[in-house]
Amino acid sequence: MADHDITLTVNGEEYDLAVESRTLLIHALREGLGYTGPNVGCESTLCGACTVHVDGEAIKACTTLAVQADGREITTVEGLGEDGELHPVQESFQEEHGLQCGYCTPGMIMTSVDFLEENPDPNRDEIREALEGNICRCTGYQNIVNAVESAAEKLEEAE
Amino acid sequence: MSIETIESDEVERGKAVGSSMQRREDRPLITGEGQFTDDLKYPREVQLVILRSRFGHATITDIDTSEAEAMDGVLAVYTEEDILASGLDNTIPGDGGQDHTAPVDRHLLASQKVRYQGDPIAAVVAKDRYTGHDAVDAIDVSYERLDMVTDIQDALQKDAPVIHEEAPDNVAFEWSSGNADETLASFDDAEEVVEVDLSINKVVAVPMEPRAAVAQYRPAAEELIVDLGCQSVLGVQDHLSGVLGVPEQRITVRAPEVGGGFGVKAQPYTGHILAAWCAMQLERPVKWQATRSEAFVSTNHSRRHDLTARAAIEDGRIVGLHVDSTADVGGYLTSGGAGVPSGAFGTRLLGQYDIPNAFVEVTGVFTNTTTLSAYRGAGRPEAAYVIERLANACARELGEDPLEFRRRNFIEPDQFPYETPFGSGYDSGDYEKTLDKALEYVDYEAFRERQAEAREEGRYLGIGFSNYIEICGGGAGGLQGGQLRIHPSGKVVARSSLVENGQGHATGFSQIVADELGVDIDDVDIVAGDSDRVPEGGGTGGSKAITMGGNALKEGAKKLRERARAIAAHELEAATEDIVFDDGEFHVAGAPSRSMTIEDVASVAYSGNLPEDIRGLEETTFFSPEGSTAPFGTHVVIVEIDPESGELEIDRYVAIDDVGTQINPKLIEGQIVGGVVQSIGQAIYEDAIYDDNGNLLSGTLQDYAVPRAKHVPEIEWDSTVTPSPNNPLGAKGVGEAGTIATMPAIVNATIDALEPLGVDHIDMPLTQERIWRTVQEAQEE
Repeated sequence: MADHDITLTVNGEEYDLAVESRTLLIHALREGLGYTGPNVGCESTLCGACTVHVDGEAIKACTTLAVQADGREITTVEGLGEDGELHPVQESFQEEHGLQCGYCTPGMIMTSVDFLEENPDPNRDEIREALEGNICRCTGYQNIVNAVESAAEKLEEAE
Repeated sequence: MSIETIESDEVERGKAVGSSMQRREDRPLITGEGQFTDDLKYPREVQLVILRSRFGHATITDIDTSEAEAMDGVLAVYTEEDILASGLDNTIPGDGGQDHTAPVDRHLLASQKVRYQGDPIAAVVAKDRYTGHDAVDAIDVSYERLDMVTDIQDALQKDAPVIHEEAPDNVAFEWSSGNADETLASFDDAEEVVEVDLSINKVVAVPMEPRAAVAQYRPAAEELIVDLGCQSVLGVQDHLSGVLGVPEQRITVRAPEVGGGFGVKAQPYTGHILAAWCAMQLERPVKWQATRSEAFVSTNHSRRHDLTARAAIEDGRIVGLHVDSTADVGGYLTSGGAGVPSGAFGTRLLGQYDIPNAFVEVTGVFTNTTTLSAYRGAGRPEAAYVIERLANACARELGEDPLEFRRRNFIEPDQFPYETPFGSGYDSGDYEKTLDKALEYVDYEAFRERQAEAREEGRYLGIGFSNYIEICGGGAGGLQGGQLRIHPSGKVVARSSLVENGQGHATGFSQIVADELGVDIDDVDIVAGDSDRVPEGGGTGGSKAITMGGNALKEGAKKLRERARAIAAHELEAATEDIVFDDGEFHVAGAPSRSMTIEDVASVAYSGNLPEDIRGLEETTFFSPEGSTAPFGTHVVIVEIDPESGELEIDRYVAIDDVGTQINPKLIEGQIVGGVVQSIGQAIYEDAIYDDNGNLLSGTLQDYAVPRAKHVPEIEWDSTVTPSPNNPLGAKGVGEAGTIATMPAIVNATIDALEPLGVDHIDMPLTQERIWRTVQEAQEE
């Protein structure tokens, strides 16, 4: 298996690492670099537990090759928030009881953050549509939708 | 209407129970700090990958592992031979609770015959996961395929392929309950007999974290340490000890964060047992992480029944209930495989109705499919589905309103405690109350008018009710430990064997303990999920965390408070009976200035100068309830169906639930809404479908339709409170109620919508295609 030397910037920190051609980004992050926030739920883009941002955009890291992310900026859930403060989306997930087991949560949060940047004032249907690629088996989604709605308000106030 | 949460520092001392405090579990989970099994990483850790049968039914003639063994990075390839050579008998325990026709212990690894797609055959341990999967692909298994049978009806045919030689008719068990003679006689004399034939779909629980384990063995100390997402650390400790022969006290089982359980992480499986065995063979940490595809074929499925339910009716009342069911157990009788489709299902069939005679028979049948066992609700969603479908059919047959029929047949509040002909008891209830409250949300009369108008316009609206009960929360004779220590600093640590899977146990437990001791909620820590650090007791399942775990801690805290009172009396030089506990303080009756807080007491509690019987503030309590609890409620669904396309839309979903005393209403709402959506999945979308060759066709998240956010409605939740007399908190089980209530409400609403088109029956899942076909068939008749 050919090895490739790549550079990933994760949550602002730069890493040089050697990966196989087939190494998935999620495994490079989790096993190579120890960013275990994003989870693997399906290995097939269908559940969204592995969602991270690459250059600011939410992607599924379980079906992205590590080499595709060479030279890019990656944000995982560990990189949200500043100075020890939670990101408003994280805060809202807690306030609205938007998580139970928490396995889908890092992906849900990363998808929501990206979505609210694109659509800062969404209605509930738009939120449900935006979460189409993320499966939650615990909450029934309602409190996740509440959390995204409330985060949108917080972000607007912060502007 | 959404319930507002408060932060823990806003919780008033002594008023934690009943407050919607935010979860203390959340912070690690929203920041990525929380560690699930696969997030743990130990030095020298290697990866276990399991080879599973491609075929549903086959004889194995050869397993050639040579190519896999020769691969770089492969440490070992194991088959049954290796397990036997290590002195094990290669079996894991199955369902031991019944009189079975076939042996219930099944193989860890198969060497001769496989009985479902996914049956484990060989194990590879490799330096990394990628190499492990490569090596599994390089194992050459020679199969001789056998005829197979994947459906229960086919499996009962005379010439059906035989799955276990010991059960030539494929019958795994036969079970019955109730007063058979009186019930059958009630049908002979009945004015009216109403019958429904129902087929309940086979579903997959799909916790978002597939099963996983990482095991370490310390040969010098002869200690085994296993971290895994599970529901019972003590249960896993038991079966690991039984299978591996390692003394129980030398096995530590820890549950890190668990990505959902739903009943399917409660049983012994090859994966984690083999990880432990491999760790012992190799003397290094071994991790196993199932892929989603592996999880689909190897984690228990659930709920498949085909049945006939009959009601004998006199004067508009059900006087006899007879249910005859055939249930799928899959390829083996796994743990819970017999108990769930028999007792857990059969003895709950009465629902909310006062029925003097009832009889249920269940035949468990082997098929060449994944094993079936508990899934959230475990038999009770199926039972609620049966009685609520039947209740609607009765009303239809009598030409009356389904609510009128229900109200006439309800068990009345003064009939509690109520005992069913199955010998199961309901602790308390007020069924009219939840129904009336539901009707405050849904204007029934107005809906019927709207429905009639819509029909004129060629639109099909329907309303469906589900008036459910469940029996859960442990039972008489059950035991649950709760352990508490108040440290000299006054900080409290409480320990419980219940394992957190997303419910928020630590939040609820801390609310109970803080109130009992009169301390700040943030001064109470909860320890769980570690076999070395918790007292004896059960695991998570059967909705008993609060009813068992919560009450054990409440009782323990009460004892500690009494000990603290005695210490305060000693310190304040007063008689114990003269010490009053009020607002978190002990004071001498009539002399409020002579007082000590519980923190003051803790600071002097650990002293040899105290009399021996009041030294220290530590307590382990073993709680046993008076009996089980029977939560109940009314769910109402309004649907609109387009018969041209078969499309179903849920317009409204109203859920009114009574779970007794509420510890944290926000978490209860969360459990109910989550459960409802899980059962919307079974009702409308999900189906574990096998082809004739035993392939699970819906074995990925592409094909198996777990509901997504846009597929489900807003759930309007409210509650009534009828405390349970069976435990000090007055609480009833919560976790499963939502899944139990939902399915019949949706199906009843669908039939109600399609009634003018001649539809009086439809099975789940209510896919667009099935609705369309059902309408077409009804029109042709």
